[in-house]
Amino acid sequence: MPQQLTQRVLSVIAATQRISPETVTIDKSFQELGIDSMDGINILFALENEFDITIPDEQAKQIRSIREMVEGIEKLVSATSAAKAQGQ
Amino acid sequence: MRRVAITGLGAISALGRNVAEFWNSLEQGCSGIAPMELVDRGMLRFQNGAEVKNYESSGYFEEKQADYIDRFAQFALIAAREAIRDSGIELDREARESAAIVTGSCVGGQSSEDAAFVELYQLGRPRVHPLTIARTMANAGASHISMEFGITGPAFTISTACSSSSHAIGQAFWMVRGGVTDLAIAGGSEAVFSMGILKAWEAMRVVSPDTCRPFSKDRSGMILGEGGAMLVLEPLEKALARGARIHGEIVGFGMSADASHITQPSVEGAGRAIRSALRDGGMAPERVGYINAHGTATQVNDVTETAAIREVFGAHAGRLAVSSTKSMHGHALGAAGAIEAIATILALRNGVLPPTAGFRQADPQCDLDIIPNQARHAQPEYAVSNSFAFGGLNAVLAFRKF
Repeated sequence: MPQQLTQRVLSVIAATQRISPETVTIDKSFQELGIDSMDGINILFALENEFDITIPDEQAKQIRSIREMVEGIEKLVSATSAAKAQGQ
Repeated sequence: MRRVAITGLGAISALGRNVAEFWNSLEQGCSGIAPMELVDRGMLRFQNGAEVKNYESSGYFEEKQADYIDRFAQFALIAAREAIRDSGIELDREARESAAIVTGSCVGGQSSEDAAFVELYQLGRPRVHPLTIARTMANAGASHISMEFGITGPAFTISTACSSSSHAIGQAFWMVRGGVTDLAIAGGSEAVFSMGILKAWEAMRVVSPDTCRPFSKDRSGMILGEGGAMLVLEPLEKALARGARIHGEIVGFGMSADASHITQPSVEGAGRAIRSALRDGGMAPERVGYINAHGTATQVNDVTETAAIREVFGAHAGRLAVSSTKSMHGHALGAAGAIEAIATILALRNGVLPPTAGFRQADPQCDLDIIPNQARHAQPEYAVSNSFAFGGLNAVLAFRKF
C-alpha cells in the first residue's frame, strides 16, 4: 500500500486520539492505542473528512485493526478517484 | 408510605394516536417502522424510522397555539390530554394547586432549533425566529400542560437521554408515594425527525439500515422513533374512594449511574438499577414475570442487558418473559420510558405480553425468552421496565397488576 496514504491515516488516528504520531504504527492494535468503539467512530469521521470519502456502516463494522483500517481507506480512496475520473 | 395507582394513560406514537391504537398494534405485533417521510432520505445512510404518520397539528391545536409549540411538546400535550380524560379526575381548584407535572425529553425542541440554524447558517439570514428559545426548551412540554390545565403545583423536566421519562415517572411516583402530592402527571415526549439530529445519529453508526430486531442474532442497530406518553398517578386509596378505574400500580423505582463510559453500557450499572427497583418495591426477583427490555437492537445493548438480567434474576431469568417493544414503536429516546411503561402496564392489565417483532434468529449471547413475533397470553403479577441511557444513567420501574 502507498506509504503516503498509510502515513496520512496514521496521523489522523494520532491526532484524533490525541497521542504522539510516533506511537501509532500500522501493526498496533486498537487496544494498545486505547481506542474503544466510540474512539473508532470518531476516527472514521476524521478519515472521511481527510480523504473526502464516505465509509459505509457495514464496512466500518468489519475493521478490527489499524492495518484493516488503512487497507479499507485505500480501497475507498481509489474507488472514489476512479469514479471521479469517469466524471460521475 | 402510600400505594400508588395509575389511573390515566395517554400515548401518541408510530403505533397510533391514542392508547387503544397503541395497544392494538402491540398485541398484533404490528410495527410502525417505515421509510421516513419528514426528511429527505436521500441525504441519509438509514431510511427507516418510527414516525407519527401524517401528523398535522391542526387536528389538535389552533394555528396560533401551534406556532408556539414544537412538535415534541405538542406530543406531550396530546398524551396528557388523553391521560387526564382517561383518569376521569375532576381538576378542581385544590387538585390544580397541588398536582405535579414531571416530564422527560432527550432533545426537547431541537427540531425548532435546527430549523432556526438553517436560516442563520445556510440561508444567510441575519435573524432567527423569536420563538426559537420558547419552542426549543426541554421543559416546554411540562409548561404547556400546566398552562392548558391551569395546574400550578410542582412541575419540572428531566433530561437523561434514553432514560428521561422513566426518571420522570419514577420521581412522580415517589412524590405521590411520599405524600408530596395527591396527583401527578408524568411521562415524556420526543420529536427527532430533523436533519441535523438525524445526521448526528448517523455519525454514531448505531442506526439500522433495515429495521429494529432486538435480541436477534442478525440485529443491525436501533430505529429512531417519536411520540409522547403520559400517566396519571394518584394514591391508591384516594383513587378507589373516587371510584376511578385502576390500570395498575407502580411499586418500585431504581436508578444507577454506570460511571464507566459515555456511550458503552455496563452490566453492573444496569443490574444495580434493576435490583434497586426491586428493593424499592419490596419485591423478590422470583415474582417478576415480564420485563419490558430497553432492547435497542444494537449489538452491545442487547448482550449487556441479557447479562444484567441473568445477573439479577439468576436461574429465574430463564423462566421470565422479556420483550422489546422498540421493535414496533422504535426508540423514542426521552419518550421511550413512558411509552414502554404504558406497554408494561397494559401487558399486566390485559394478561397479554407484547412480542419482540422482527425477530429472526436466536443469539446465544441473548438467551432469554424474548417472545418472538407473537404476543403471548400470560398473567404475571409483577413486571419491570428497563431504561438505560447514553451517559450511563439508568432508570428502572416496577409495576404490579391490580
